[in-house]
Amino acid sequence: MDVILDNFDLFWQGWLRTIQICFFALLGAVPLGILLAAARVSPVPSLRTLAGGWVTVLMSCPLTVVLFFMAFGLPEIGIKGSYFWFGTIGLALYSASFVCEALRSGINAVPTGQAEAARSIGLSFMPSLGLVILPQALRSSLPPLTNAIIYLIKNSAIVGAFGVGHDLFAVADTLTAARGLAALPVLAGVIAGYLLLVLPIGRLLSLIETKVAILR
Amino acid sequence: MTLFSKGAERTVDTFPAPRGDGETATEQAAALIQLRGVNKHFGPLHVLKDIDLDVAEGEVVVVIGPSGSGKSTLCRAINRLETVDSGTIELGGVPLAVEGKSLASHRADVGMVFQSFNLFAHMTVLENVTLGPIRVRKVPPAKARAQAMELLERVGVGQQAPKLPAQLSGGQQQRVAIARSLAMQPRVLLFDEPTSALDPEMVNEVLDVMTDLAQEGMTMVVVTHEMGFARKAADRVVFMADGAIVEQASPAEFFDNPRTSRAQDFLSKVLSH
Repeated sequence: MDVILDNFDLFWQGWLRTIQICFFALLGAVPLGILLAAARVSPVPSLRTLAGGWVTVLMSCPLTVVLFFMAFGLPEIGIKGSYFWFGTIGLALYSASFVCEALRSGINAVPTGQAEAARSIGLSFMPSLGLVILPQALRSSLPPLTNAIIYLIKNSAIVGAFGVGHDLFAVADTLTAARGLAALPVLAGVIAGYLLLVLPIGRLLSLIETKVAILR
Repeated sequence: MTLFSKGAERTVDTFPAPRGDGETATEQAAALIQLRGVNKHFGPLHVLKDIDLDVAEGEVVVVIGPSGSGKSTLCRAINRLETVDSGTIELGGVPLAVEGKSLASHRADVGMVFQSFNLFAHMTVLENVTLGPIRVRKVPPAKARAQAMELLERVGVGQQAPKLPAQLSGGQQQRVAIARSLAMQPRVLLFDEPTSALDPEMVNEVLDVMTDLAQEGMTMVVVTHEMGFARKAADRVVFMADGAIVEQASPAEFFDNPRTSRAQDFLSKVLSH
Protein backbone atom coordinates (compact mmCIF):
# COMPACT_ATOMS: atom_id res chain seq x y z
CA MET A 1 0.00 0.00 0.00
CA ASP A 2 2.88 2.32 0.84
CA VAL A 3 4.27 1.82 -2.62
CA ILE A 4 1.07 3.16 -4.14
CA LEU A 5 0.66 6.03 -1.70
CA ASP A 6 4.31 7.07 -1.96
CA ASN A 7 4.02 7.15 -5.75
CA PHE A 8 0.45 8.32 -5.92
CA ASP A 9 1.34 11.25 -8.13
CA LEU A 10 2.94 8.94 -10.68
CA PHE A 11 -0.08 6.62 -10.63
CA TRP A 12 -2.39 9.60 -10.99
CA GLN A 13 -0.47 10.97 -13.96
CA GLY A 14 -0.44 7.52 -15.57
CA TRP A 15 -4.14 7.12 -14.99
CA LEU A 16 -4.87 10.48 -16.61
CA ARG A 17 -2.66 9.57 -19.56
CA THR A 18 -4.56 6.31 -20.02
CA ILE A 19 -7.83 8.22 -19.92
CA GLN A 20 -6.44 10.61 -22.50
CA ILE A 21 -5.53 7.76 -24.87
CA CYS A 22 -8.90 6.10 -24.35
CA PHE A 23 -10.84 9.32 -24.81
CA PHE A 24 -9.27 10.19 -28.14
CA ALA A 25 -9.37 6.59 -29.34
CA LEU A 26 -13.08 6.38 -28.49
CA LEU A 27 -13.70 9.72 -30.15
CA GLY A 28 -12.36 8.17 -33.35
CA ALA A 29 -13.58 4.61 -32.96
CA VAL A 30 -17.29 5.24 -32.30
CA PRO A 31 -18.09 7.56 -35.24
CA LEU A 32 -15.88 5.49 -37.53
CA GLY A 33 -17.56 2.30 -36.31
CA ILE A 34 -21.00 3.80 -37.03
CA LEU A 35 -19.86 4.82 -40.52
CA LEU A 36 -18.45 1.34 -41.18
CA ALA A 37 -21.65 -0.31 -39.96
CA ALA A 38 -23.72 2.01 -42.16
CA ALA A 39 -21.53 1.12 -45.12
CA ARG A 40 -21.81 -2.59 -44.38
CA VAL A 41 -25.60 -2.51 -44.54
CA SER A 42 -25.86 0.07 -47.33
CA PRO A 43 -27.50 -0.73 -50.65
CA VAL A 44 -24.27 0.19 -52.48
CA PRO A 45 -22.29 -3.02 -53.15
CA SER A 46 -18.89 -1.32 -53.45
CA LEU A 47 -19.34 0.37 -50.06
CA ARG A 48 -20.33 -2.93 -48.48
CA THR A 49 -17.27 -4.67 -49.89
CA LEU A 50 -14.92 -1.88 -48.88
CA ALA A 51 -16.20 -1.70 -45.30
CA GLY A 52 -16.33 -5.49 -45.04
CA GLY A 53 -12.72 -5.74 -46.20
CA TRP A 54 -11.60 -3.05 -43.77
CA VAL A 55 -13.29 -4.75 -40.83
CA THR A 56 -11.99 -8.19 -41.78
CA VAL A 57 -8.39 -6.97 -42.07
CA LEU A 58 -8.40 -4.97 -38.84
CA MET A 59 -10.19 -7.63 -36.84
CA SER A 60 -7.75 -10.29 -37.99
CA CYS A 61 -4.70 -8.14 -37.40
CA PRO A 62 -3.19 -8.15 -33.89
CA LEU A 63 -3.23 -4.67 -32.36
CA THR A 64 0.55 -4.79 -31.98
CA VAL A 65 0.88 -5.23 -35.74
CA VAL A 66 -1.52 -2.35 -36.39
CA LEU A 67 0.57 -0.16 -34.08
CA PHE A 68 3.80 -1.25 -35.79
CA PHE A 69 2.21 -0.33 -39.08
CA MET A 70 1.23 3.08 -37.77
CA ALA A 71 4.53 3.88 -36.09
CA PHE A 72 6.96 2.41 -38.60
CA GLY A 73 4.98 1.85 -41.79
CA LEU A 74 3.44 5.28 -42.14
CA PRO A 75 6.66 7.28 -41.68
CA GLU A 76 8.12 5.27 -44.58
CA ILE A 77 5.51 6.73 -46.88
CA GLY A 78 6.11 10.21 -45.54
CA ILE A 79 3.45 10.45 -42.85
CA LYS A 80 4.97 11.73 -39.66
CA GLY A 81 3.59 12.29 -36.21
CA SER A 82 4.13 11.63 -32.56
CA TYR A 83 3.93 8.13 -31.09
CA PHE A 84 1.01 9.32 -29.02
CA TRP A 85 -1.07 10.13 -32.07
CA PHE A 86 0.08 7.15 -34.08
CA GLY A 87 -0.76 4.87 -31.17
CA THR A 88 -4.09 6.47 -30.38
CA ILE A 89 -5.22 6.58 -34.00
CA GLY A 90 -4.08 2.98 -34.47
CA LEU A 91 -6.15 1.96 -31.45
CA ALA A 92 -9.12 3.93 -32.83
CA LEU A 93 -8.89 2.27 -36.25
CA TYR A 94 -8.52 -1.16 -34.68
CA SER A 95 -11.41 -0.67 -32.24
CA ALA A 96 -13.69 0.84 -34.89
CA SER A 97 -14.00 -2.57 -36.54
CA PHE A 98 -15.24 -4.06 -33.26
CA VAL A 99 -17.66 -1.15 -32.73
CA CYS A 100 -18.89 -1.75 -36.29
CA GLU A 101 -19.53 -5.43 -35.68
CA ALA A 102 -21.26 -4.71 -32.37
CA LEU A 103 -23.57 -2.27 -34.14
CA ARG A 104 -24.14 -4.63 -37.03
CA SER A 105 -25.29 -7.35 -34.66
CA GLY A 106 -27.75 -4.81 -33.27
CA ILE A 107 -28.90 -3.79 -36.74
CA ASN A 108 -29.51 -7.44 -37.60
CA ALA A 109 -31.63 -7.76 -34.46
CA VAL A 110 -34.04 -5.03 -35.63
CA PRO A 111 -36.98 -6.74 -37.36
CA THR A 112 -36.99 -6.36 -41.17
CA GLY A 113 -40.47 -4.87 -40.98
CA GLN A 114 -39.08 -1.74 -39.33
CA ALA A 115 -36.90 -1.02 -42.35
CA GLU A 116 -39.75 -1.86 -44.72
CA ALA A 117 -42.09 0.50 -42.89
CA ALA A 118 -39.45 3.24 -42.97
CA ARG A 119 -38.97 2.77 -46.69
CA SER A 120 -42.69 2.64 -47.35
CA ILE A 121 -43.25 6.12 -45.92
CA GLY A 122 -40.66 7.39 -48.37
CA LEU A 123 -37.56 7.58 -46.19
CA SER A 124 -34.43 6.86 -48.20
CA PHE A 125 -31.52 4.80 -46.89
CA MET A 126 -29.71 7.29 -44.64
CA PRO A 127 -32.80 8.68 -42.86
CA SER A 128 -34.19 5.14 -42.46
CA LEU A 129 -30.94 4.10 -40.86
CA GLY A 130 -30.51 7.20 -38.73
CA LEU A 131 -34.11 7.66 -37.56
CA VAL A 132 -35.49 4.14 -37.40
CA ILE A 133 -32.86 1.41 -37.51
CA LEU A 134 -29.85 2.73 -35.57
CA PRO A 135 -31.80 4.08 -32.57
CA GLN A 136 -33.24 0.59 -32.11
CA ALA A 137 -30.01 -1.19 -33.05
CA LEU A 138 -28.00 0.87 -30.58
CA ARG A 139 -30.04 -0.52 -27.70
CA SER A 140 -29.47 -4.15 -28.51
CA SER A 141 -25.87 -3.33 -29.43
CA LEU A 142 -25.09 -2.02 -25.97
CA PRO A 143 -23.78 -5.27 -24.43
CA PRO A 144 -21.32 -6.03 -27.29
CA LEU A 145 -20.56 -2.31 -27.50
CA THR A 146 -19.69 -2.32 -23.80
CA ASN A 147 -17.25 -5.14 -24.49
CA ALA A 148 -15.69 -3.25 -27.37
CA ILE A 149 -15.19 -0.19 -25.17
CA ILE A 150 -13.71 -2.23 -22.33
CA TYR A 151 -11.32 -3.90 -24.79
CA LEU A 152 -10.34 -0.48 -26.04
CA ILE A 153 -9.50 0.64 -22.50
CA LYS A 154 -7.42 -2.44 -21.85
CA ASN A 155 -5.71 -2.19 -25.22
CA SER A 156 -4.57 1.30 -24.32
CA ALA A 157 -1.89 -0.49 -22.26
CA ILE A 158 -0.42 -1.84 -25.49
CA VAL A 159 -0.46 1.66 -26.96
CA GLY A 160 1.25 2.86 -23.79
CA ALA A 161 3.88 0.17 -24.07
CA PHE A 162 4.47 1.30 -27.60
CA GLY A 163 6.73 4.16 -26.88
CA VAL A 164 3.90 6.50 -25.90
CA GLY A 165 4.74 5.99 -22.27
CA HIS A 166 3.54 7.67 -19.13
CA ASP A 167 0.25 5.77 -19.12
CA LEU A 168 -0.99 3.66 -16.25
CA PHE A 169 0.75 0.51 -17.45
CA ALA A 170 4.03 2.33 -18.00
CA VAL A 171 3.95 3.28 -14.32
CA ALA A 172 4.63 -0.36 -13.48
CA ASP A 173 7.67 -0.35 -15.72
CA THR A 174 8.98 2.90 -14.29
CA LEU A 175 8.59 1.82 -10.68
CA THR A 176 9.85 -1.75 -10.99
CA ALA A 177 12.54 -1.55 -13.64
CA ALA A 178 13.88 1.95 -13.06
CA ARG A 179 13.37 2.29 -9.33
CA GLY A 180 13.61 -1.36 -8.37
CA LEU A 181 10.42 -1.59 -6.37
CA ALA A 182 8.67 -4.90 -5.77
CA ALA A 183 6.47 -5.81 -8.72
CA LEU A 184 3.46 -7.25 -6.88
CA PRO A 185 2.21 -4.15 -5.03
CA VAL A 186 2.95 -1.96 -8.02
CA LEU A 187 0.96 -4.22 -10.34
CA ALA A 188 -1.84 -4.35 -7.79
CA GLY A 189 -1.99 -0.57 -8.00
CA VAL A 190 -2.05 -0.70 -11.78
CA ILE A 191 -4.87 -3.27 -11.74
CA ALA A 192 -6.82 -1.08 -9.32
CA GLY A 193 -6.36 1.81 -11.72
CA TYR A 194 -7.85 -0.14 -14.64
CA LEU A 195 -10.68 -1.42 -12.46
CA LEU A 196 -11.52 2.17 -11.53
CA LEU A 197 -11.86 2.92 -15.23
CA VAL A 198 -13.66 -0.18 -16.45
CA LEU A 199 -16.13 -0.72 -13.61
CA PRO A 200 -17.89 2.66 -13.78
CA ILE A 201 -18.09 2.45 -17.57
CA GLY A 202 -19.56 -1.03 -17.41
CA ARG A 203 -22.03 0.14 -14.76
CA LEU A 204 -22.94 3.23 -16.75
CA LEU A 205 -23.59 1.27 -19.92
CA SER A 206 -25.73 -1.34 -18.24
CA LEU A 207 -27.68 1.48 -16.60
CA ILE A 208 -28.27 3.03 -20.02
CA GLU A 209 -29.24 -0.42 -21.26
CA THR A 210 -32.08 -0.77 -18.79
CA LYS A 211 -33.17 2.83 -19.31
CA VAL A 212 -33.49 2.60 -23.07
CA ALA A 213 -34.81 -0.97 -23.39
CA ILE A 214 -37.51 -1.01 -26.05
CA LEU A 215 -40.84 -2.60 -25.46
CA ARG A 216 -41.83 -5.01 -28.17
CA MET B 1 -58.92 21.07 -46.24
CA THR B 2 -59.77 17.46 -45.93
CA LEU B 3 -57.38 14.93 -44.54
CA PHE B 4 -57.83 12.58 -47.43
CA SER B 5 -57.58 15.32 -50.03
CA LYS B 6 -56.48 13.12 -52.89
CA GLY B 7 -59.22 10.64 -52.35
CA ALA B 8 -61.97 12.97 -51.27
CA GLU B 9 -61.88 15.02 -54.44
CA ARG B 10 -63.23 12.07 -56.34
CA THR B 11 -66.87 11.26 -56.50
CA VAL B 12 -68.39 7.86 -56.46
CA ASP B 13 -69.50 7.95 -60.07
CA THR B 14 -65.93 8.08 -61.30
CA PHE B 15 -65.53 4.53 -60.06
CA PRO B 16 -65.04 2.13 -62.92
CA ALA B 17 -67.91 -0.14 -63.73
CA PRO B 18 -67.31 -3.55 -62.23
CA ARG B 19 -66.08 -5.95 -64.82
CA GLY B 20 -67.14 -9.51 -64.92
CA ASP B 21 -65.36 -10.69 -67.99
CA GLY B 22 -62.18 -11.87 -66.29
CA GLU B 23 -60.07 -9.66 -68.52
CA THR B 24 -57.66 -7.01 -67.36
CA ALA B 25 -58.76 -3.44 -67.58
CA THR B 26 -56.77 -2.49 -70.66
CA GLU B 27 -59.60 -0.29 -71.81
CA GLN B 28 -59.16 1.96 -68.77
CA ALA B 29 -57.68 5.19 -70.05
CA ALA B 30 -55.92 6.43 -66.92
CA ALA B 31 -55.20 3.61 -64.54
CA LEU B 32 -53.49 4.89 -61.42
CA ILE B 33 -51.57 1.67 -61.05
CA GLN B 34 -50.67 -0.33 -64.10
CA LEU B 35 -48.83 -3.64 -64.08
CA ARG B 36 -47.83 -5.25 -67.35
CA GLY B 37 -46.26 -8.67 -67.77
CA VAL B 38 -44.84 -8.75 -64.26
CA ASN B 39 -42.84 -11.86 -63.46
CA LYS B 40 -40.96 -12.85 -60.36
CA HIS B 41 -39.13 -15.95 -59.24
CA PHE B 42 -37.99 -17.02 -55.79
CA GLY B 43 -35.29 -19.44 -56.91
CA PRO B 44 -37.06 -22.15 -58.89
CA LEU B 45 -40.47 -20.95 -57.70
CA HIS B 46 -42.36 -18.78 -60.19
CA VAL B 47 -44.31 -16.60 -57.75
CA LEU B 48 -45.70 -14.01 -60.16
CA LYS B 49 -46.66 -15.17 -63.64
CA ASP B 50 -47.25 -12.52 -66.29
CA ILE B 51 -49.34 -10.31 -64.07
CA ASP B 52 -51.37 -7.61 -65.84
CA LEU B 53 -53.36 -5.46 -63.48
CA ASP B 54 -54.88 -2.00 -63.62
CA VAL B 55 -56.23 -0.14 -60.66
CA ALA B 56 -58.23 2.97 -61.46
CA GLU B 57 -58.25 6.05 -59.28
CA GLY B 58 -60.70 5.59 -56.44
CA GLU B 59 -61.01 1.87 -57.09
CA VAL B 60 -60.88 -0.69 -54.30
CA VAL B 61 -59.33 -3.91 -55.50
CA VAL B 62 -59.35 -6.86 -53.13
CA VAL B 63 -56.89 -9.62 -53.92
CA ILE B 64 -57.77 -13.03 -52.58
CA GLY B 65 -56.45 -16.52 -53.09
CA PRO B 66 -54.92 -19.47 -51.31
CA SER B 67 -51.70 -19.13 -49.31
CA GLY B 68 -48.64 -19.03 -51.53
CA SER B 69 -50.60 -17.76 -54.51
CA GLY B 70 -48.38 -14.68 -54.77
CA LYS B 71 -50.88 -12.09 -53.62
CA SER B 72 -48.65 -10.60 -50.90
CA THR B 73 -45.70 -10.56 -53.29
CA LEU B 74 -47.85 -8.74 -55.83
CA CYS B 75 -48.88 -6.17 -53.24
CA ARG B 76 -45.29 -5.62 -52.10
CA ALA B 77 -44.04 -5.36 -55.67
CA ILE B 78 -46.22 -2.27 -56.23
CA ASN B 79 -44.08 -0.58 -53.56
CA ARG B 80 -40.91 -2.30 -54.72
CA LEU B 81 -40.44 -3.95 -51.36
CA GLU B 82 -40.11 -6.93 -53.67
CA THR B 83 -38.14 -6.50 -56.87
CA VAL B 84 -39.55 -8.08 -60.02
CA ASP B 85 -37.68 -9.98 -62.72
CA SER B 86 -39.52 -8.55 -65.69
CA GLY B 87 -42.49 -6.44 -66.64
CA THR B 88 -43.44 -2.86 -65.82
CA ILE B 89 -45.16 -1.26 -62.87
CA GLU B 90 -46.42 2.30 -63.25
CA LEU B 91 -47.99 4.75 -60.87
CA GLY B 92 -49.94 7.51 -62.60
CA GLY B 93 -48.16 6.72 -65.85
CA VAL B 94 -44.69 6.97 -64.31
CA PRO B 95 -42.64 3.76 -64.25
CA LEU B 96 -41.48 2.62 -60.83
CA ALA B 97 -37.91 3.78 -60.20
CA VAL B 98 -35.31 1.15 -59.42
CA GLU B 99 -33.65 2.92 -56.50
CA GLY B 100 -32.65 6.20 -54.94
CA LYS B 101 -34.61 9.39 -54.40
CA SER B 102 -37.21 8.77 -57.09
CA LEU B 103 -38.03 5.37 -55.60
CA ALA B 104 -38.35 7.00 -52.18
CA SER B 105 -40.76 9.61 -53.55
CA HIS B 106 -42.77 6.86 -55.27
CA ARG B 107 -43.02 5.05 -51.96
CA ALA B 108 -44.11 8.26 -50.23
CA ASP B 109 -47.08 8.33 -52.62
CA VAL B 110 -47.97 4.70 -52.00
CA GLY B 111 -49.10 3.91 -48.47
CA MET B 112 -48.44 0.46 -47.11
CA VAL B 113 -50.14 -1.30 -44.22
CA PHE B 114 -48.42 -4.49 -43.10
CA GLN B 115 -49.69 -7.68 -41.55
CA SER B 116 -47.45 -7.17 -38.52
CA PHE B 117 -48.15 -3.40 -38.21
CA ASN B 118 -44.44 -2.52 -38.16
CA LEU B 119 -44.89 0.59 -36.08
CA PHE B 120 -41.55 2.13 -35.15
CA ALA B 121 -41.01 0.50 -31.77
CA HIS B 122 -38.90 3.28 -30.25
CA MET B 123 -41.30 6.09 -31.09
CA THR B 124 -44.61 7.15 -29.62
CA VAL B 125 -47.78 6.69 -31.62
CA LEU B 126 -47.77 10.40 -32.49
CA GLU B 127 -44.12 10.32 -33.58
CA ASN B 128 -44.88 7.30 -35.75
CA VAL B 129 -47.51 9.28 -37.62
CA THR B 130 -45.55 12.55 -37.91
CA LEU B 131 -42.18 11.10 -38.95
CA GLY B 132 -43.02 10.81 -42.65
CA PRO B 133 -44.78 14.17 -43.02
CA ILE B 134 -41.96 16.01 -41.21
CA ARG B 135 -39.00 14.23 -42.76
CA VAL B 136 -40.29 13.43 -46.23
CA ARG B 137 -43.05 15.95 -46.94
CA LYS B 138 -41.27 18.73 -44.97
CA VAL B 139 -44.46 19.68 -43.16
CA PRO B 140 -43.73 22.02 -40.19
CA PRO B 141 -43.74 19.87 -37.02
CA ALA B 142 -46.60 21.70 -35.32
CA LYS B 143 -48.82 21.33 -38.37
CA ALA B 144 -47.78 17.68 -38.80
CA ARG B 145 -48.72 16.98 -35.18
CA ALA B 146 -52.11 18.66 -35.57
CA GLN B 147 -52.84 16.66 -38.71
CA ALA B 148 -51.60 13.46 -37.08
CA MET B 149 -53.88 14.02 -34.08
CA GLU B 150 -56.83 14.54 -36.41
CA LEU B 151 -56.03 11.28 -38.21
CA LEU B 152 -55.56 9.40 -34.95
CA GLU B 153 -58.92 10.69 -33.76
CA ARG B 154 -60.49 9.57 -37.00
CA VAL B 155 -59.27 6.02 -36.63
CA GLY B 156 -60.27 6.11 -32.98
CA VAL B 157 -56.90 6.05 -31.22
CA GLY B 158 -56.41 9.73 -30.39
CA GLN B 159 -56.12 8.85 -26.69
CA GLN B 160 -53.11 6.65 -27.40
CA ALA B 161 -50.98 9.36 -29.03
CA PRO B 162 -48.32 9.63 -26.29
CA LYS B 163 -47.96 5.85 -25.82
CA LEU B 164 -45.45 3.47 -27.30
CA PRO B 165 -46.73 0.95 -29.86
CA ALA B 166 -46.13 -2.02 -27.54
CA GLN B 167 -48.61 -0.55 -25.05
CA LEU B 168 -51.44 -0.81 -27.61
CA SER B 169 -53.58 -3.74 -28.65
CA GLY B 170 -53.04 -5.23 -32.10
CA GLY B 171 -56.17 -3.58 -33.46
CA GLN B 172 -55.10 -0.20 -32.12
CA GLN B 173 -51.60 -0.65 -33.55
CA GLN B 174 -52.98 -1.46 -36.96
CA ARG B 175 -55.21 1.61 -36.89
CA VAL B 176 -52.17 3.71 -36.00
CA ALA B 177 -50.38 2.11 -38.94
CA ILE B 178 -53.26 3.14 -41.21
CA ALA B 179 -53.08 6.68 -39.82
CA ARG B 180 -49.32 6.68 -40.43
CA SER B 181 -49.92 5.79 -44.08
CA LEU B 182 -52.70 8.34 -44.48
CA ALA B 183 -50.54 11.10 -43.02
CA MET B 184 -48.43 10.94 -46.16
CA GLN B 185 -51.55 11.72 -48.21
CA PRO B 186 -50.82 8.79 -50.49
CA ARG B 187 -52.36 8.34 -53.92
CA VAL B 188 -53.00 4.70 -53.16
CA LEU B 189 -52.99 2.50 -50.07
CA LEU B 190 -51.73 -1.05 -50.12
CA PHE B 191 -52.89 -3.47 -47.43
CA ASP B 192 -50.95 -6.70 -47.02
CA GLU B 193 -53.21 -8.98 -44.97
CA PRO B 194 -53.92 -6.20 -42.46
CA THR B 195 -56.07 -8.33 -40.16
CA SER B 196 -54.26 -11.66 -40.31
CA ALA B 197 -52.18 -11.02 -37.19
CA LEU B 198 -55.09 -9.76 -35.12
CA ASP B 199 -57.13 -11.45 -32.45
CA PRO B 200 -60.62 -12.14 -33.82
CA GLU B 201 -62.32 -9.50 -31.70
CA MET B 202 -60.05 -6.80 -33.12
CA VAL B 203 -60.54 -7.59 -36.78
CA ASN B 204 -63.68 -5.53 -37.18
CA GLU B 205 -62.31 -2.31 -35.73
CA VAL B 206 -59.65 -2.36 -38.45
CA LEU B 207 -62.03 -3.44 -41.22
CA ASP B 208 -64.42 -0.62 -40.26
CA VAL B 209 -61.67 1.96 -40.76
CA MET B 210 -60.81 0.38 -44.11
CA THR B 211 -64.44 0.34 -45.19
CA ASP B 212 -64.74 4.04 -44.34
CA LEU B 213 -61.65 4.78 -46.41
CA ALA B 214 -63.03 2.80 -49.32
CA GLN B 215 -66.27 4.75 -49.18
CA GLU B 216 -64.36 8.03 -49.14
CA GLY B 217 -62.86 7.14 -52.48
CA MET B 218 -59.35 6.14 -51.44
CA THR B 219 -57.67 3.98 -54.05
CA MET B 220 -56.89 0.71 -52.32
CA VAL B 221 -55.31 -2.64 -53.08
CA VAL B 222 -56.18 -5.03 -50.29
CA VAL B 223 -54.75 -8.51 -49.87
CA THR B 224 -56.98 -10.26 -47.39
CA HIS B 225 -58.76 -13.38 -46.30
CA GLU B 226 -61.75 -11.37 -45.08
CA MET B 227 -64.42 -12.38 -47.58
CA GLY B 228 -67.04 -10.23 -45.86
CA PHE B 229 -64.88 -7.15 -46.39
CA ALA B 230 -64.28 -8.10 -50.02
CA ARG B 231 -68.00 -8.44 -50.64
CA LYS B 232 -68.87 -5.21 -48.87
CA ALA B 233 -66.09 -2.80 -49.80
CA ALA B 234 -64.48 -4.02 -53.02
CA ASP B 235 -65.18 -2.64 -56.46
CA ARG B 236 -63.40 -5.61 -57.92
CA VAL B 237 -62.17 -8.92 -56.60
CA VAL B 238 -58.98 -10.34 -58.07
CA PHE B 239 -58.52 -14.04 -57.48
CA MET B 240 -54.96 -15.37 -57.64
CA ALA B 241 -53.69 -18.92 -57.61
CA ASP B 242 -50.18 -20.27 -58.24
CA GLY B 243 -48.79 -16.83 -59.03
CA ALA B 244 -51.32 -15.94 -61.71
CA ILE B 245 -54.49 -13.90 -61.80
CA VAL B 246 -57.10 -16.55 -62.47
CA GLU B 247 -60.28 -14.55 -62.33
CA GLN B 248 -61.47 -11.03 -61.60
CA ALA B 249 -64.98 -9.72 -61.27
CA SER B 250 -67.25 -7.57 -59.17
CA PRO B 251 -67.69 -9.04 -55.69
CA ALA B 252 -71.29 -10.03 -56.31
CA GLU B 253 -70.38 -11.75 -59.55
CA PHE B 254 -67.32 -13.45 -58.11
CA PHE B 255 -68.82 -14.75 -54.91
CA ASP B 256 -72.18 -15.80 -56.36
CA ASN B 257 -71.03 -17.06 -59.69
CA PRO B 258 -67.31 -17.92 -59.81
CA ARG B 259 -66.32 -19.04 -63.28
CA THR B 260 -63.14 -21.03 -62.83
CA SER B 261 -62.91 -24.28 -60.97
CA ARG B 262 -59.96 -22.92 -58.94
CA ALA B 263 -62.13 -20.09 -57.64
CA GLN B 264 -65.08 -22.40 -57.03
CA ASP B 265 -62.82 -24.77 -55.12
CA PHE B 266 -61.30 -21.91 -53.06
CA LEU B 267 -64.66 -20.38 -52.23
CA SER B 268 -66.14 -23.72 -51.22
CA LYS B 269 -63.31 -24.04 -48.69
CA VAL B 270 -63.42 -20.54 -47.23
CA LEU B 271 -67.16 -20.00 -47.27
CA SER B 272 -68.22 -23.42 -46.03
CA HIS B 273 -68.84 -22.21 -42.51
